[in-house]
Amino acid sequence: MGGRHVRAETKAPTTADVTGGICRALRGLLAQATVEPGEVQAMMIGTTHFTNALIEARGLVPTAAIRLGLPATQGLPPMVDWPQRLRGPLGGHVYLCHGGHEFDGREISPLNADELRRVAADIAAKGLRSIAICSVFSPVNDECEQQAAEILAAELPGVAISRSHEIGRIGLLERENATIINACLRDLAARIVDALRAALAQLRVTAPLWLSQNDGTLMSVEAAQRYPVATFACGPTNSLRGAAFLAGLRDCAVVDIGGTTTDVGMIRHGLPRPASVAADVAGVRTNFRMPDVYSFGLGGGSLVRDPAGRAEVTIGPDSVGYELASRALVFGGDTLTATDLAVAGGRAVIGDPGKVARLDPDLVRRGLDQITQVIAEAVDRIKMTAAPVLVVVVGGGSVLLGDDGEDLPGAAELIKPDHFAVANAIGAAIAQVGGEVDRIFSLQRQSRDQVLEQAKQEAVDRAVAAGAIRASVQVVDVEDVPLTYLPGNATRVRVKAVGDLELAAGAELAAGAELAAGGWGGDDGAAHR
Amino acid sequence: MRSLRLVGGEEMTVRRIGESQLDDLAVGAAVLGAGGGGNPYLGALLAKQVIGQHGPVDLVAVDEVADDALVVPTAGMGAPTVGVEKLPRGDEPVRALQALQSYLGRPVTHTVSIEAGGSNSTVPLRVGAMLGIPVVDADGMGRAFPEIQMVTATLYGVSATPMALADEKGNIAVINTVDNHWAERLSRSLTIDMGCVAKIALYPLSGRQLKQAMIPGTLSLAEELGRLIRQTRAAHGDPIAAILCRLGGYHLFAGKISDIARRTETGFARGEARIAGTGPHTGCTLAVRFQNEHLVAIRDGQVIASVPDLIIVLDTETGGPITTEELRYGLRVTVIAAPCDFRWRTHQGLALVGPRAFGYDLDYIPVEERFAHPEST
Repeated sequence: MGGRHVRAETKAPTTADVTGGICRALRGLLAQATVEPGEVQAMMIGTTHFTNALIEARGLVPTAAIRLGLPATQGLPPMVDWPQRLRGPLGGHVYLCHGGHEFDGREISPLNADELRRVAADIAAKGLRSIAICSVFSPVNDECEQQAAEILAAELPGVAISRSHEIGRIGLLERENATIINACLRDLAARIVDALRAALAQLRVTAPLWLSQNDGTLMSVEAAQRYPVATFACGPTNSLRGAAFLAGLRDCAVVDIGGTTTDVGMIRHGLPRPASVAADVAGVRTNFRMPDVYSFGLGGGSLVRDPAGRAEVTIGPDSVGYELASRALVFGGDTLTATDLAVAGGRAVIGDPGKVARLDPDLVRRGLDQITQVIAEAVDRIKMTAAPVLVVVVGGGSVLLGDDGEDLPGAAELIKPDHFAVANAIGAAIAQVGGEVDRIFSLQRQSRDQVLEQAKQEAVDRAVAAGAIRASVQVVDVEDVPLTYLPGNATRVRVKAVGDLELAAGAELAAGAELAAGGWGGDDGAAHR
Repeated sequence: MRSLRLVGGEEMTVRRIGESQLDDLAVGAAVLGAGGGGNPYLGALLAKQVIGQHGPVDLVAVDEVADDALVVPTAGMGAPTVGVEKLPRGDEPVRALQALQSYLGRPVTHTVSIEAGGSNSTVPLRVGAMLGIPVVDADGMGRAFPEIQMVTATLYGVSATPMALADEKGNIAVINTVDNHWAERLSRSLTIDMGCVAKIALYPLSGRQLKQAMIPGTLSLAEELGRLIRQTRAAHGDPIAAILCRLGGYHLFAGKISDIARRTETGFARGEARIAGTGPHTGCTLAVRFQNEHLVAIRDGQVIASVPDLIIVLDTETGGPITTEELRYGLRVTVIAAPCDFRWRTHQGLALVGPRAFGYDLDYIPVEERFAHPEST
């Protein structure tokens, strides 16, 4: 992309070696855009590689989980709610130590250096190479985690240490789980990042490399090596943001229709609306802010059935999937799919329309009505108010909804942007950098407004520290929840600020890429900015 | 079910609560919590740990408890927001109960829940498993309430004290107060110094008092509600209809949360959720006012349900209960109301937990009088 314009797009199949596909895509992109590798100013990659590694329990290293909080917290030791499938590969190396803070900053118990050195000796004896440290109330006071990390690092040089206050928010088990996930992925993160760097060097791209995070903002490749867990939800986030950007909108619903499923989400102020429930990742409870996406079984390959005696045609949830190009009627196959209905109904021209010319027009009409209705209901679920919303439709299955302006109940307008096939890579390329604060503040000596002001300033400073241009930074989310059953007047404040990435002076050229991990059969899309 | 042969030759039926019932119990307890009582996820996880280690707990019916039994309720006190971060050591409620036992100088025969709604439903189960004593299938609210004196036992002259509090550090306090309001006040101060979470043993009562002053069957009701939601969902049925049927409740409203306002007043989170109607309620608005629990439901300016009846917010899709802390803009919810225990509907009961006790200047009208028949909204 050059500035806000898409200069070129390409798609290449994912390869087993992770970087092969991305190299091919990038090479094609540079040729298409007639850009020299050295002119690229920033390279952004959104990858689901780490998520899939956890789901498949592949590439994880045995990890030591150290919790600081004794005598509190023993009732529920680390990894207590993990599935056995993951506890096995990680080895269940759990240590409960003294330390931690109360909600108001008092110590629960003093940190015990000798105790930590004994833990270090055990970790060394077991040959563990990655440690997760989680201290009670570390989002309020990170001292214990910092000091423990120093003690352990001195005893165990070269061992990777993940500290929970840098990873999660309040909620000990969920934050600790996220930290342990991060720790067990550190080795894989180092290898992937090295491979990506080598691949870019081979292509003579000298631009800094960025990775997409859960919330749609970017992190540097150095940060990604330390915090691989922060990439977990970037897949749907990038798709939603990319689609909204391509349509030129900052507030809209996005309908992403694939071959088998459709994802519907909301974009507000340019960012996906987060889900309210605890995010379950591969059976592990965490408190990441995942985008609120409603998924259901409707896609271009969905099977169409018209059971006798039923008023409604059924579409999906089963699908011919990647076999669409051989099994759909329009491609000479023998299976009636949603794509066949779209072609027969004149919403799209794909394959050989003659092969569906003799379909019962009543079936086609009822089938297409059904598709429209199911999508309209999904949009209605996800939107905030009864007022019609702008709806952006992307994905390979978007033909099911016909052209721009097609009537969709509840939609103010239906928009099918160009470049929709690479919306995910575009989402990566347009990403901003952010800063977040999530802490409990006491209202004893400060007013609520002062506390909010302080939190906002901290979030802005963090965004700038992460690489944002200060003048562009905006506070996009403020939430304060008073602590219940507490006369002490304390409130939990969460603030998020985002800003534009500071690029080297001169023309803005950035390349974004979606790196689908092996096993998902996805394509590596790339868009050049 | 199993039978126990007692010394006197009488037979009694005992239900056992094992690990497999705890998930259902947690979900059902959140339904009875009427928005309050905290999220029972951690409580259920803790109880699973303890029961996995010590074996299942015996749950006995109220009328099977001997008149001279010494029953000591156990519970947690403090801020749920702190509770999710500073997890317990595990034996705090047992130490609180034992401290009270020493003070009373008599062995405790049973424990019981003070609050079946929310996370306090599972505390007595941990105590029962760890000490090997039965848990009575009853509680002191039939729902959740924010303060210590808001227990049916108060209406029958049972004193909340002597009351013991224990923290994870080993601190124990036993207090004696002139009335149950003072018990709330002093224990709240102690809890804050203990780091905002404490486990408590209080309201020691005899078997005779228990039968009169506590609400029977509420723990098994919680388990049954959770099981109904799970089984109805699995059968692709309507879990909300199943809950309404079991509780004899009324469907108040369905819609999307369009606004949430929260503020803190003297330490309690007060707020209002506004719900924009969908389906048959399109164009209408329901306001749910809460202070930890949902207190009043107001439809287009008219009160349609109030405390002490249970106002329950459910996820329209799954039928799962939503606590006040989880209320968020955009959620699709169904609001129902269920009648509270008859004890709360007396003059004394309403003075303790009626609308005016929470600062709402309105008369309580039982939900069944507001609705001629179910589903008439």
